[in-house]
Amino acid sequence: MKYSYFPGCSLEVTAKSYDASVRAACQVLDVELDEVEDWNCCGATSYISIRELVSFGISARNLAIAEKKGKDLVTVCPACYTVLNKANIYMREKEDIKRTIDEALAVANLKYDGTVKVRHLLDVLVNDVGIERIKAKTVRKLDGLRIAPYYGCQISRPHGTFDDPEFPITMDNLFSSVGAEVVNFPLKAKCCGGMLVTTQPDESLKLIKDLLSCAQDNGAQLIVTACPLCEINLEAYQGKVNKEFKTNFSIPAIYFTQLLGVAFGLPKENLMIGKELVSSEKVLDRFYGGKR
Amino acid sequence: MMETKEKLHQTFLENIYSIPDGEKLKTCIQCGTCSASCPSSYLMDYTPRQIISAFRAGMLDQVLKSNTVWMCVSCYFCTVRCPSGIKFTDLMYELKRLGIKYGLYSPKNPSPVMAKIFVDTMNQFGRSAETVLLTLFFLKTKPLGILSFVPLGWKLFTKGRIATSNKTIKGKGDLVKIIEYIEKKGVA
Repeated sequence: MKYSYFPGCSLEVTAKSYDASVRAACQVLDVELDEVEDWNCCGATSYISIRELVSFGISARNLAIAEKKGKDLVTVCPACYTVLNKANIYMREKEDIKRTIDEALAVANLKYDGTVKVRHLLDVLVNDVGIERIKAKTVRKLDGLRIAPYYGCQISRPHGTFDDPEFPITMDNLFSSVGAEVVNFPLKAKCCGGMLVTTQPDESLKLIKDLLSCAQDNGAQLIVTACPLCEINLEAYQGKVNKEFKTNFSIPAIYFTQLLGVAFGLPKENLMIGKELVSSEKVLDRFYGGKR
Repeated sequence: MMETKEKLHQTFLENIYSIPDGEKLKTCIQCGTCSASCPSSYLMDYTPRQIISAFRAGMLDQVLKSNTVWMCVSCYFCTVRCPSGIKFTDLMYELKRLGIKYGLYSPKNPSPVMAKIFVDTMNQFGRSAETVLLTLFFLKTKPLGILSFVPLGWKLFTKGRIATSNKTIKGKGDLVKIIEYIEKKGVA
């Protein structure tokens, strides 16, 4: 199976372990990822807050470059997923938007016919590769590991097509099938605060505290995410939450592809496990020969 | 004064109705599903439902100057739940753009500063340079706040999660052409 791959900016820096584990897990599943050549930032939630059509224009450059390869475009960052989909949808549905962007692309010798399908890797792994194949590649069952799959917002809202916007279950099914115990996590689709945690941490800290409480109260040992911003917000601010709310959280958060890699028997280094800010050692070491 | 205000309101109306599906705003039934679904409405001076109400009453400049619009976290719960099909998150984006265009936002609010720096760094490198972004953000909003970020920054650095240099994409020239063309056409 072959796809165009759009890593997005976070995966080059703060979320390097997401990129490493995406590539490692896909290799096991014979999913070939062909990185979009010289891709640019999607603009996330910021560009569209300043300029609307320009934000579609910069996404159109990525889509036009990807279209040359004729494959589905796979992203792993829900913000990129939303922005690229939004540009795609508006160009398809609104003639005036399409016209202006076509003209702009032509100035840069690019052309976009609107044929690229933008997808999230979680969708591809579960719906194209399939859970049966994932199970067949699993050499280390995640028995006894209690996880809270955390979806956040933009993987299913507003343009997500493969899961429920209110109560997504794709990761729940995926990890139950490889032996993990998925705890009840009612806040799994609630926002972590996104960029507000960076700009106004004092105000938005409560959102993170609520998520951590919910995961911990339901017995989770580990939070599993599919979003670079959720991941860093959940682990980087635990100290601040503990100080502010007099709590004692120490729950690691890792990417779903990292945990999948553990089930596939991949070495920690290949998955960049150990780069977390809240150590996952006590939870994951037993899968690497450590104590239970 | 009244006339200017009315004219401004008229401009806002035209802008908002012209965003994709913006006309749907007229069908709001004031049920408050948006406010109840919003994870950050507890931080807002005016809740999402109140924004639409204020908008209809021609009080939008007050709303824009409040903290409300920039508290939207783009979670899209309001959008997927609205019984009238109003894309409220997109409306918030339009309000953010109008606020920036007309200078109608609280100078104390750090979020518009972040959005502007994000766009500037993206225009400069073609990609978002997280380290540059955060440094500039702290320098512009709370220079001393950078000290509070040092422990976390150091931890990220030791884990290899901070960039020490930034590369510019090869096609930056093309990207700039695309941006400039759309800007010039005056429909940015």
